[in-house]
Amino acid sequence: MRVVAAMSGGVDSAVAAARMLDAGHEVVGVHLALSRSAATLRESARGCCTIEDAGDARRVADRLGIPFYVWDLADRFQRDVVDDFVAEYAAGRTPNPCLRCNEKIKFSALLDKALALGFDAVATGHYAQIVDGPDGRQLHRAVDAAKDQSYVLGVLTPDQLDRAFFPLGDTTKPRVREEAAERGFFIAKKPDSYDICFIPDGDTRGWLTDRLGEQPGDILDADGQVVGHHHGAYGFTIGQRKGLGLERSSMDGQARYVTAIDRAANTVTIGPADLLGVDEIRGIRALWCGPAPSGPIAVGAQVRAHGEEIPATAHVEGDEIVVRLGRTIRGVAPGQSVVLYDGTRVVGSATIAEAGRARHTTGA
Amino acid sequence: MHYLDHAATTPLVPAARAALIETLDLVGNPSAVNAAGRAARRIVEEARERIAAALGAHPSEVIFTSGGTEADNLAIKGTYAARHTAEPARTRVVTSAIEHHAILDSVDYMTESSGATAVFVEPTVVGAIAPDALTSALGDGADVALVSIMWGNNEIGTIQPIAQLAAVCRELGIPMHSDAVQAVGHVPVDFSASGLDLLTLTGHKLGGPVGSGALLARRDAALAPQLHGGGQERKVRSGTLDARGVHALAAGGGAVETAVAGLDDEMTRVIALRDKLIRGALALGLGIEVTGAWTPGSAADRLPGNAHLRVPGADRDALLFVLDAAGISCSAGSACTAGVTRPSHVLTALRIGDADAAGALRFSLGHTSTEEDVDAVLAVLPDAVARSQAARGAA
Repeated sequence: MRVVAAMSGGVDSAVAAARMLDAGHEVVGVHLALSRSAATLRESARGCCTIEDAGDARRVADRLGIPFYVWDLADRFQRDVVDDFVAEYAAGRTPNPCLRCNEKIKFSALLDKALALGFDAVATGHYAQIVDGPDGRQLHRAVDAAKDQSYVLGVLTPDQLDRAFFPLGDTTKPRVREEAAERGFFIAKKPDSYDICFIPDGDTRGWLTDRLGEQPGDILDADGQVVGHHHGAYGFTIGQRKGLGLERSSMDGQARYVTAIDRAANTVTIGPADLLGVDEIRGIRALWCGPAPSGPIAVGAQVRAHGEEIPATAHVEGDEIVVRLGRTIRGVAPGQSVVLYDGTRVVGSATIAEAGRARHTTGA
Repeated sequence: MHYLDHAATTPLVPAARAALIETLDLVGNPSAVNAAGRAARRIVEEARERIAAALGAHPSEVIFTSGGTEADNLAIKGTYAARHTAEPARTRVVTSAIEHHAILDSVDYMTESSGATAVFVEPTVVGAIAPDALTSALGDGADVALVSIMWGNNEIGTIQPIAQLAAVCRELGIPMHSDAVQAVGHVPVDFSASGLDLLTLTGHKLGGPVGSGALLARRDAALAPQLHGGGQERKVRSGTLDARGVHALAAGGGAVETAVAGLDDEMTRVIALRDKLIRGALALGLGIEVTGAWTPGSAADRLPGNAHLRVPGADRDALLFVLDAAGISCSAGSACTAGVTRPSHVLTALRIGDADAAGALRFSLGHTSTEEDVDAVLAVLPDAVARSQAARGAA
């Protein structure tokens, strides 16, 4: 097949490209330019889109002897990922930009461009497995549980999976690094990238403040009493414990968490951990990685990247779902995705609209 | 492979290649007072004389540099510093928005670091700088430090009326520089007749080696050095002279002489290829447009080797990809950092919108170009256009 290997300049996508070539495919390396004002050099392990990274990807492509291009998807990335990220936070939700990037950029803008140019598929260095099943291709968790990225790929449809390759899903990260060294890639020891690539210093709240401005408001306790002040409710996430900036510790000495964000009133409500507990999640924009289920299904539900999987039952209502969790969990943030698993297989996903106790949740 | 990117860099001409090889084992620093140094110095000075003779300059007007970027930097920063120091009221630097970044960014730097004010003369729709427009930008010229207008545009190929522009400057006693890296060896260039005070040329655009170049500077041109050290090159450009490089650039039948000596025939040949490419592309019926001035059969208003085309509704990355995959090396506007291409500042200055500029392709022909190269481009263009339009729709 003719395959575009998306090459970030990191270890994983380098080995993925090499494996596609070994498998006999015709491979072209493509680095996505996602920033309008890319920095020249990497300043930390966090960022991933500097000109130095593009150069690293180019050097790997040189070693593999494959053509290499930088494709400019900065406008699409700005619109579909960065602007969306800001708007979601402004609305009091907590988006997952990596998931959004996979959905809108890597397996939409990039894939569509590749198909238009006569390619058959896109290969990435994601840790996830694609398995041929009776109803078409299935997405499964990676062998390396610590690196598994099936959560951020849970938005892919069967059509997109048909055009995707994840050559690293059967391998552990340490083994991938060894393989990179064996292949002579000088980036074999390059640090993993963490956090959000377009916020290189990792200060999400400061970054949001630059874009949304300061919007001072009150921090309330569970009874509605003012216990502190904030510079913008958008900077908080349900379940957040650190960085609340409270002057006084709580009366009972217990840790306090963000339990609610009211964008209309511009308030952040905090409370003890037990107020965070939810056992029912309503999800919108449900996507099925295969045939849509007809009745309630027993699943494992994961509500954040690298979060644990909770036994649950999913009830399908059109393009919405209600997920009843087998036990109470804390800190479910609207805007994140709930990804449903059957064993290691991704069944589908939805964007979390609200979460609560079964007796409180709408429609329960 | 079909190489149509000569404006980016052009292959060595055989004479330059032979000159490089001939001097590979050369020993001696041209500044040294010993037999080896004298031998190296002789090679440098003969190169200087031959370049001067080929370009209508005096040997002492040739300041060797590492290439066009350095010569442009020296011309802008060196002239501004010297002039502004002598006459502090001279703060304006008059140029155009379609210059190479070696000029634009040097001017930018002087505005940030030294209080210069940049003035950009508006080009016409074909990218020409009209003498009248320069006249009105200069006013009485009392506050102007220098003028810099390129001879031939590296992207769209438009040739400027340099002699007329230089006459405007001369009238007001303002030094004028021209970045002529795309012109020397491609169209007739006579430094003395041009009326210019300063002119940039570089080896690798005319069949010489990368890393060789020169700033031609009149003997009375005020230039503050930008590289300090051993005091070579009129104390303006320190650094050990590259005898091999300048030998290949000029002497022993090297690049400048080869290009200039055979210029008439080569111009006729390359113009015919250019016209065939432009005519053929326009005749495909795909809505392709040519950018800049174009008079078939002539190099009066357009560089002989430049065919700048715009494909409607195309995706830039996709166009280059399909052409590259078909073995055709060309360029989208000017090459950029990290391989990312952006709407060209030249097209923006011509008020060509971003969407239109996205389909820009620069084919540049040179001394190794053939009919087969042009035929190959015309054969693959319809597919490239179709695929790039589909890719734009997709992305």
